[in-house]
Amino acid sequence: MTPTAVLERTGATEQAGWTLPDRGRVAVLCLIVTEFTIFSIFVVAYIFYIGKSLSGPTPSQVLELPIWATICLLSSSLTVGIAERALKANRLPQFTLWTGATILLGLEFLRNTAVEWRHLINDFNLTITTNLFGTTFYSLVGLHASHVVIGLTLLLLSLALGLRGSMRGEGRRFELLAWYWHFVDAVWVVVFTVVYVIGR
Amino acid sequence: MATTTYFPEDAVKTEAPSLPSKLHEWIVTVDHKRLGIMYIASALFFFAVAGVMAALMRIQLAYPNNTFLPPEVFNRLLTMHGTTMVFLVGMPFFAGLANYLTPLMIGARDMAFPRLNAFGYWMFLFGGILLYFSYIAGEGLAGHGSAPDVGWFAYAPLTERAFSRGTSTDYWILSIILKGIGTTASAINTIATIISMRCKGMTLARMPLFVWLMLVVSSMVVFVMPPLTAGQIMLLLDRYLGAHFFDTQAGGSAVLWQHFFWLFGHPEVYILMLPGFACASEIIPVFSRKPMFGRAAMIGATIGIGMVSSSVWAHHMFSIGMSTSSNIFFAASSMVVGLPTGVKIFNWLGTMYGGKIRFATPMLFCIGFLFQFLIAGLTGVMLAVTPFDWQVTDSYFVVAHFHYVLLGGLLFTLFGAIYYWFPKATGKMLSETLGKWHFWLLVIGFHLTFDTQHFAGMLGMPRRIYTYAAGRGWDGMNLISSIGVIFQAAAVACLAWNIIRSLRNGAPAGDDPWDAWTLEWSTTSPPPEYNFAIQPEVRSSRPLWDLKHPEDPDWRYE
Amino acid sequence: MGSSSRLAGQLFATAVVACGQGLHSVGNIFDPQATPAESAYNVSLLMLAICAAIFVVVGGFLTFTIVRYRGRQKDDGREPAQVYGSNRIEIAWTVIPVLIVLVLTMATARAVVEVQNRRMPADALQVTVIGHQWWWEIRYPSLGIVTANELHVPLSTAAKPAVAFLTLDSADVAHSFWVPQLAGKTDLIPGHVNTMWIDPRQAGTFLGNCAEYCGTQHANMLIRVIVEPPADFDKWAAAQKLDAASEPRLESAQSAFLSLSCINCHAVSGTPAKGTFGPDLSHLMSRATLGSGRIPNTVENLRAWVKDPQAIKHGNLMPNMQLNSRELDEVVAYLASLK
Repeated sequence: MTPTAVLERTGATEQAGWTLPDRGRVAVLCLIVTEFTIFSIFVVAYIFYIGKSLSGPTPSQVLELPIWATICLLSSSLTVGIAERALKANRLPQFTLWTGATILLGLEFLRNTAVEWRHLINDFNLTITTNLFGTTFYSLVGLHASHVVIGLTLLLLSLALGLRGSMRGEGRRFELLAWYWHFVDAVWVVVFTVVYVIGR
Repeated sequence: MATTTYFPEDAVKTEAPSLPSKLHEWIVTVDHKRLGIMYIASALFFFAVAGVMAALMRIQLAYPNNTFLPPEVFNRLLTMHGTTMVFLVGMPFFAGLANYLTPLMIGARDMAFPRLNAFGYWMFLFGGILLYFSYIAGEGLAGHGSAPDVGWFAYAPLTERAFSRGTSTDYWILSIILKGIGTTASAINTIATIISMRCKGMTLARMPLFVWLMLVVSSMVVFVMPPLTAGQIMLLLDRYLGAHFFDTQAGGSAVLWQHFFWLFGHPEVYILMLPGFACASEIIPVFSRKPMFGRAAMIGATIGIGMVSSSVWAHHMFSIGMSTSSNIFFAASSMVVGLPTGVKIFNWLGTMYGGKIRFATPMLFCIGFLFQFLIAGLTGVMLAVTPFDWQVTDSYFVVAHFHYVLLGGLLFTLFGAIYYWFPKATGKMLSETLGKWHFWLLVIGFHLTFDTQHFAGMLGMPRRIYTYAAGRGWDGMNLISSIGVIFQAAAVACLAWNIIRSLRNGAPAGDDPWDAWTLEWSTTSPPPEYNFAIQPEVRSSRPLWDLKHPEDPDWRYE
Repeated sequence: MGSSSRLAGQLFATAVVACGQGLHSVGNIFDPQATPAESAYNVSLLMLAICAAIFVVVGGFLTFTIVRYRGRQKDDGREPAQVYGSNRIEIAWTVIPVLIVLVLTMATARAVVEVQNRRMPADALQVTVIGHQWWWEIRYPSLGIVTANELHVPLSTAAKPAVAFLTLDSADVAHSFWVPQLAGKTDLIPGHVNTMWIDPRQAGTFLGNCAEYCGTQHANMLIRVIVEPPADFDKWAAAQKLDAASEPRLESAQSAFLSLSCINCHAVSGTPAKGTFGPDLSHLMSRATLGSGRIPNTVENLRAWVKDPQAIKHGNLMPNMQLNSRELDEVVAYLASLK
């Protein structure tokens, strides 16, 4: 008899149910921790360099509060939550609708960022190489925007699969994507506060 | 029956698989055991490469004003040696051991995410190849198009475009970013596996210490790898998009790079060392025939090391002119982090005390580890004393200290681990005779090379110099240090020969050649692809002890 | 403890201390000759004693355990008593190290404060040291002196203490100033000015190295600290303050020098040469070495350097200027006169 079989026989019966945390959740939580740490470093760099630019435009001269963009992005957290619940309850058309809404809100956020950057570059000559403010601004906001793009790509994929009907029963997986999306929104709250409120 | 391996494909094929199809199997594998072996084989390969680099450097330094190597070549060697040893040897050893052993030790069939596992491995390998591709990429302007030559820690602003004109630094940045992604993937996989895939009855408290240490190491990776990646992204932005993160001419801060780098860099050296502790914590009890003394304290100490190690980073920066309070704080925290580490040494001692010590090769290496790590820890405490550090930081004293930790400590335990688990992975024993030659040659070579370096440092010899003048008091010590390389090379040759010979016709190992107590010894050697036919169920931290000693099981005392 | 370990320290560094010029080429950290190095030395002795004691105790116990509990050949095959731990022992061996750490931390804190927070006397000699790839620019702002690679300071005695206060900066990458017998190292970081101080108690030349990897010729960026009695120091300072020698018989050599691109990088006081990229050459021949310690400063070596600096210090930032032999003769003749 193999050792493992013996182990099982003599093993305890005290642990009737043996449930462990879901590995997908653990993994995405770890991923969020790593992303959180990367963003922290960029935020620290931003804060460290506030007021240290040797020349060029300053934040108070060129930055305006991106209220509309923030509303869009934070609402998208709501919509993705609704989509998640819909998927878990097998209401697929609603899932598709609310995922689409999330994507649209995310795209609107990105459009806003693009307009803002065009304004900064063309009208104020602020680029990543202009001064320390330009360096830290574009890298921090840009890093966040790149994460929005990644999230949108995955959401688009979910939408496409949803339209095909392949998302049935994948509530657990979509939940993990929703977690990522919530994280991206939480980072925006921090970026907004540091760049547009404190830094100005 | 117990010693033959069972692969489902064997039932179908009637002839041995051809070489291309065997290679193909290895390339597309997602089996944690094969990936673990690939990690370790790659690590050993890069170890040999970086070892040759070290040998070349030591030849250059054997005599004052030696002209064996020009400064450009030497500086590239020192950068590549350090970068390779940390990122292409130390980290894949961790990943390889974690991937091979964790599922076996927790009674699982594979890692949580087998494809992510494979992804991590290939990212690491391609990152390593990219780093070495820099040699081929060409000499370029003033030699800056070849391999990186900025030191493994790449201080700014030396790494900015103004001072590193070619592409060499870019290879350093990009290859490490790739490897970092692979390592982080591996760490996330390990955490998910440990949390979510333990067999029935294996509460966290009952996990083998090896698994505990891998959990802590992986958590540290998840927290500290990103600061390095972030810093490197910033450096890339500086070099390619004209950003000014570390551009001192535009108000950027060179010190900021140091903070970001060491925020990663210090926990990194614990990430390198803790897998060595993990191996020692499995080997020492088995060869002392006693359970680990103070298991709970060992787990607590490990977690303590993990947490405190992220608060000590600026002890690498004592000489940059920090405030008095910073200097004192980091001195204190650096000494505090030595406390849990010291406690671990005492616990290993307590395990051996009162036991029946078997001096097989794995145990020999662990005993060497204990002596050498004791010294390494003590020189570390010395370096925490800021004024002493002001004298010997950036000198050969520090070189001696960290080689004591990584070679005298980590490498000895890794070699011990190879002798211990090679039978499990291959079904064949390594030769004990060759093992003892390996051990003693390495002890002699290691001490010849690194003992005198402590004194060279205390006599004013700085690091990272390609030559030195006569009459500084360093001549004899450097010559002795270089002679040690011969013994170390011979030792590694013994290991290589041992592995090759055993693979061809080593003695059959059986399931449990060492009479050990953790789950990996309950399956065949090598384990079948699915590890366990029936998932085990455990009641204590030493399930096989309970099996072999039903009259005195652990679960009565835990 | 102090005198015998000092003796040991000096025995430990037999090599070159007795060499005629009082050249202290062995930077023995256990032979301090200035207060900062001495503070480090004192706390290091305590720390070494503690660490040695720990090593003896733990190493001894390890050795004892290996010998006493080794498995014997004639073994009854029984497993030894399975001991899982002992709360009392584990608490003891945690508390004792904590106490040791407390003691060491306090000693460290005191030594750090002693060195870093020392108030500078009003008459401290102010020196600015600027690191370059791969040489040291040394300025005495209050004395109006600019030189390179050699730091002259007056000897400090009990009767007349003399502190040199150094301000450290860098023109390019990070460097580090380390003369072990005088003080621990302090980095020169661009954009991050540091300060340090020394009060050397022994006359002579102390050798040090750049101690932060700064590129190709990091190994050959040596520093010489020349400690002299105050009278000699004043004589040296007076000579350095003067404009560079301008001998009439070398007028054509001087014109040749000034017409070449040397002046783009080098400065010679009292002439149109005002370059700042390379070392100031006004009193070149008063220095002991060329190439920041690479070769002794003789006329032959000077000629070899000017002819092809890359052959002597490969990768350094003075290119081979491709002078023809007449230009070479003129330049070397002129430079050799700059005492």
